[in-house]
Amino acid sequence: MTISPSLDERFRAAAAAADLLDVAFDVVQDTPIGPLLVGVTERGVCRISFDPDSEHHLEELARCFGPRVLRSSKPVERLRRELDEYFEGRRQHFDIETDVRGLPAYNQKVLAELARVEYGRTTTYGTLAALTGNPRAARAVGTVMNRNPIPIVLPCHRVIGASGSLTGYAGGLDRKEQLLRLEGAIL
Amino acid sequence: MIPPFETFYEAHRAEIFRFLDRRLGRDRSEDAFQETFLRALRAYPRLEHGEHLRAWVFTIASRIVVDDVRHRKPEGELPELAAEEGLPAFEDLAPLTDDLPPKQRAAIVLRYGYDLSYDEIGAAIGSTEQAARQAASAGVRRLRKEHQ
Repeated sequence: MTISPSLDERFRAAAAAADLLDVAFDVVQDTPIGPLLVGVTERGVCRISFDPDSEHHLEELARCFGPRVLRSSKPVERLRRELDEYFEGRRQHFDIETDVRGLPAYNQKVLAELARVEYGRTTTYGTLAALTGNPRAARAVGTVMNRNPIPIVLPCHRVIGASGSLTGYAGGLDRKEQLLRLEGAIL
Repeated sequence: MIPPFETFYEAHRAEIFRFLDRRLGRDRSEDAFQETFLRALRAYPRLEHGEHLRAWVFTIASRIVVDDVRHRKPEGELPELAAEEGLPAFEDLAPLTDDLPPKQRAAIVLRYGYDLSYDEIGAAIGSTEQAARQAASAGVRRLRKEHQ
């Protein structure tokens, strides 16, 4: 005997409603760039990943935010809606807060600067490095982008090489190109 | 290290539901299931390690079963659960078991509070019938010593 899906969902919803979760996560299935695993805390979105297999994320989420990590769809509804709107071209700015607790101070600083890069625009690793205090730290900025825990919302896809080449993307260059195309940043 | 709650929940939800369903019937088992895991979730951050989680969650579930049975039946109809070999009844036993090691506590609560067989208890705490019997009797010895 296994438990019914409705009982399972009921418990997951009750856990969230009682504010007992450190992280609620779910998979957003239908996006133009494939399924996304998303996680939220009481502070805001804490994870977006192109790898939807939750097994690969649970331990790290628990380490960063606390052990009460549970799949629950209700808490991620707002993020899901904002992502839907973004992918439909109806949203240029995410209103949901981000939660980057646990990241090194330097990463947080770079990501805060990244958050200011507007929809449809691009910047370079070197520019972001300069804006965060060290113009020669382009490579370090690249590493921060590569480890960005909240891609799309924190738009590391808008950061490209000084030559104009797309350079790299943790989710694969195809996705980076797709996102920039969606935003009209490239044709 | 305590595993993420999702991992813990997925590992034990089916057997906890089976246990509750067998004890309470379908009508009441769903509420009891939810209550079991909500209680577990409330206590989860206070756990100091990830050992004996199975015994721990079965202990929570069995307490909920006992509470449920107690609330449903008028005083006189309570099933006689524990008056074996002159041992204290469950009402007296339950609050006393908190300081026992998790396996002993689970074995005692399940055996005397809930009247499970040692075979079932072994399955519940992830060990053998023999080990369950030993855990229960070690726990009882310890309780007797502490509360003499």
